[in-house]
Formats: sequence, structure tokens, C-alpha cells
Amino acid sequence: MDSIFVNALWVLLLGSLLGLELIGKVPPTLHTPLMSGANAISGITVLAALTAIIKSNGSTPLLVLGSVSLGFALFNVIGGFLVTDRMLAMFSRKPARKENR
Amino acid sequence: MDILQYVIDLVAILLLALGIKGLSKVRSARGANQLAAVAMALAVIGLLVNYLGTSGISASAWTWIIGGTVVGGALGAITAQRVPMTSMPETVALFNGCGGMSSLLVALAAAFYPTELDASGLVAVVSIVISVFVGSITFTGSIVAMAKLQGWLSTPAWMQSKARHFVNIALAVACLVAAIELVVNGGSSLQGLWLLVIASSVLGIGVTLPIGGADMPVVISLLNSYSGVAAAAAGFVVGSQLLIVAGAMVGAAGLILTQVMCNGMNRSLVSVLFGGALGASASSGGGGGEYTNITSCSVEECALTLEAAERVVIVPGYGLAVAQAQHTLREVTRSLEAAGIEVAYAIHPVAGRMPGHMNVLLAEADVPYEQLKEMDVINPEFPATDVVLVLGANDVVNPQAKNDPQSPLYGMPVLDVQQARTVFVVKRGMSAGYSGIKNDLFELANTSMVFGDAKKVLGDLLGELKELGVGKK
Repeated sequence: MDSIFVNALWVLLLGSLLGLELIGKVPPTLHTPLMSGANAISGITVLAALTAIIKSNGSTPLLVLGSVSLGFALFNVIGGFLVTDRMLAMFSRKPARKENR
Repeated sequence: MDILQYVIDLVAILLLALGIKGLSKVRSARGANQLAAVAMALAVIGLLVNYLGTSGISASAWTWIIGGTVVGGALGAITAQRVPMTSMPETVALFNGCGGMSSLLVALAAAFYPTELDASGLVAVVSIVISVFVGSITFTGSIVAMAKLQGWLSTPAWMQSKARHFVNIALAVACLVAAIELVVNGGSSLQGLWLLVIASSVLGIGVTLPIGGADMPVVISLLNSYSGVAAAAAGFVVGSQLLIVAGAMVGAAGLILTQVMCNGMNRSLVSVLFGGALGASASSGGGGGEYTNITSCSVEECALTLEAAERVVIVPGYGLAVAQAQHTLREVTRSLEAAGIEVAYAIHPVAGRMPGHMNVLLAEADVPYEQLKEMDVINPEFPATDVVLVLGANDVVNPQAKNDPQSPLYGMPVLDVQQARTVFVVKRGMSAGYSGIKNDLFELANTSMVFGDAKKVLGDLLGELKELGVGKK
């Protein structure tokens, strides 16, 4: 087995453990925003789509595939972050107003 | 990979982790979401800078990058701005499905063009198989979940029967055969690839379609976890460690969140996935039957009782959200508060259609955060409560869950509203809730039904309260 693959497996393992640890206690209030935010992060496949486009070497079908993939991923990322922000803005609205007084 | 890319990737991973962490606390959540967005932008910039410094990016590549960015980004931004808050679960499902689709397409690209994308060898082929399989299931599953929540799709009758298990097993076997064919042929088997795409896409539909509306949030959360797995697999395909870490983090965090949601609904993940709609079993089990001894009352009586109360607890449910009545509700509670009546909201962990969904809807209507009480906090307070107003909630206030071991709901955490002096249940009719189970609460002596659409009833209630002079100084 090559060392790059073994490295990648370690990265996978540590990333999973980190994910398990990060959200131990979440108030139910935040379940929906957290899910939405995590969902936006899963659109990180933009990186894979970009790689496909850049390495296309001028092959049109590959450019198209990569570009469509990029579009789907960015729809996920941008829409996901914005919609999460919209939800969370509602929670912070009240205290913000009090501070302004 | 040079040192700059390493540093940028590390910073991006750190910020993403801090983002997920911060999203689990109310105070830091909004900033954390923005932090994660910054991290994502940083990761993209890092990747572009790295390629600019090494192989360069061709003009045609830039054209397609900009094209995909503009179209996908603009559609995402418009969707995020336009959707109403009540449709949040569907929206998350849609976004999630598109993330899965993206992983699927990248894996297909790698399978078609292994030389360009350096995707040959056993590791690459296995990663492609996983990415295609999970990506397809995520995509079709999420779209079905969205369509079911929107009411565009209902479950065909045969899907409720046991026959669906055989169909799904057959599809899973087809996926396995295709996967083996691909791995054996080193990824060059086109029919294996298409079989895998089609079988896993149909499997995604097959496993999601029979699941009842009440369980849909759990499914969306699980599919969200899958899209993380698909992203991690895509990371193996293109050899990006950042992608692997971020995907694994989302996959693991999504799994925890799914488990938390299941606990809140007293459903095990296995029964959600394979048990089908709860309603189907309810008709054969205990707890069904006709209602007798129902007391209904007018809005006027309800207003009079509220006027005399000192402490009122509101139990909002999905019906309230559907009726878009949260703003009218806020006006009613404002006038009660102005009359010196103590008002609190009892939020069941799965009120609305997704945990936390109700909090979002009430926050939208300017309800102060402190008045939203979680179930464990509010339950001991019901005996000291004069009036409980149940608005469009049903199963979460069913005492059967505590009293009747025969009931399918037995063991589910519920709000003990029946301990309050008077309970008003605002409901459109006597139809059952999501679970299809009779609610014993409705027959209790201290419960009165107020029939009507939540928004209309609350509007009338507001009028009655004004006539009584409640809340005027």
C-alpha cells in the first residue's frame, strides 16, 4: 500500500473522530441550523469539481462534467450558508435590539 | 503541493472545525456559520493559487469555472432568499441532494477520464464506486424527501408492504454486482458503471419513499451525513486531504445529529429506515378507535378563561406553522402579557417538522428567546399552569405515550399538558396526527377542543380579548 493512501486513511479517521467530538451537546433549538450549516460544508466537493476542470487538459466533456458538478456544489454551498444565516439571524435579532437601546 | 497550500488547507480545516463547533451554541452560531463560509472560500482560493503556481489554469478552464460558479451560486443565493421559513426542511433536502449530485458527477468524470484526473489503481476505483453509490443515493433520496415534504409525492400502496424490502435488496445486490465488476475491471467497465448509477439511484428512491412524513427530518439528517461520506470519497478520488477531512467531519457530525433526532422522537434509526410509516402499524396495534366524550367550546369561552388565568403555556406544533399563524400568536401573547399574565412556550424537541424548526419560526415572529422552554424545563411547571393552549400539535401531547404500554407511542417523551388546570386544543378537525394514533388528551374532562384553522382561531381570539379589554391599560 502506498503511503499517500495510508496518510489519507489517517486523515479520514481523524476527521471522523473530530466530527464525532465537535457536537456533543447541541440545544434542540440549533438542530435545524446545525444540519443546514453542516450541509453547506458538505458542498466542499467544489474542490473536487474545480480539480476536474483544471486538470481537464482541454477535453470538452470533462470541462462540462466538472462545470455542472461545480454548479451543483456551489448551489449547495452558497444556498446552504445563506439559508443558515437567515435562520440564525432570527435568533440574534432580539438581543441585538436590546443592546441598541 | 507546496508549503503555502499546506498552510491554507490547515487554516481552512481549523476554521471549518471551529465553525461546526460554534454552530452548536446559540450565542456563537451565526458567527460560526460565517466562519465556515470564510473557510470554504479560503479552501477554494488556496486550490486555485496552488494550480496557478504549478500547472497553470487554462483560459477554457476559467470559462467553465466562472460559468459553473455564476449559475450554481446565483441559483443557490436566490433559493436561499426566497424560500419561506416553513419550508426549511425541504430546502435543506434540496441543497443536500445537489451536494450528492456534485460528488456523483466528479466520480463519473474520474471514471471516464482516469488519465487526466490520475484516477487509476485500486484505491481510485474503490473511491469512485463509493462516491457514485453514496452520491446517487444522497441525490435521489434527498429529492424524494423534498417532494414528500412538499406534498408532491405520496407513497404508493405496494411500497407500504413487505414487497419493497425484496425490491430494495435486489437493488442493493445489483449495486454490489456492479461494484465488483468495476473493481475487477479496474474501473473500465462502462456497463458496470451505469448499472451502479441506475441501481443506486433507484435504491435511493426505494428506501426513502416508504418513510412517513414524521420521520422525514431524520432521513434528511442521515442523507446529510451521507453527502459528507460522498464528499470524503470524492476526496480520495481527486487526492484532496482537505476534502477528506471536511467530508468525514460532516459525515460523523451528521450521524450524531441523526441519533439525537431519533432519541427526541423515541424512534430507533432502524425502525425509521425499515419500519415504514408509523400509521400503518398503528391501525393494527392498540390505541386506535373512535373518540367519545369530546368537549368543544367557542373562541369566546377560550378568551374568558385566558383572561382569568395567571399563567399560560402555549404548545405550538406543525399545524401552527402550516397555518402561518406564528405572527398572530405573537399578538395574542403580547396582549396577554400586557394584562400581566405570564406566558411561556413549551417546545417539544421535535416540534415543527425538524428539531429546532419551531424555534426558528417563533423567532421569526419576534417571540423572546427566554420564553421558549424546553420539554424537561416546562414539564414540572404544568401543574402550576392555569391554561394550556395547544396549537396544531397532537402526538407530542398524547398522554398515551406515558400511560398505555400497548400504544405505539409508548415511551416517546411528551409534554404533560393534561396536568394543567384547563387545556384548549386548537385543531381543524378530529383527524389524527402524523402517527395516526388517537389522542387520549382530547377526551379528558379538563380539555376543550376549539375547532378551526389555527390562524383564524387566533385572529378571533385576539378580537375577543380586545373586546374584553385584556391588555389595555
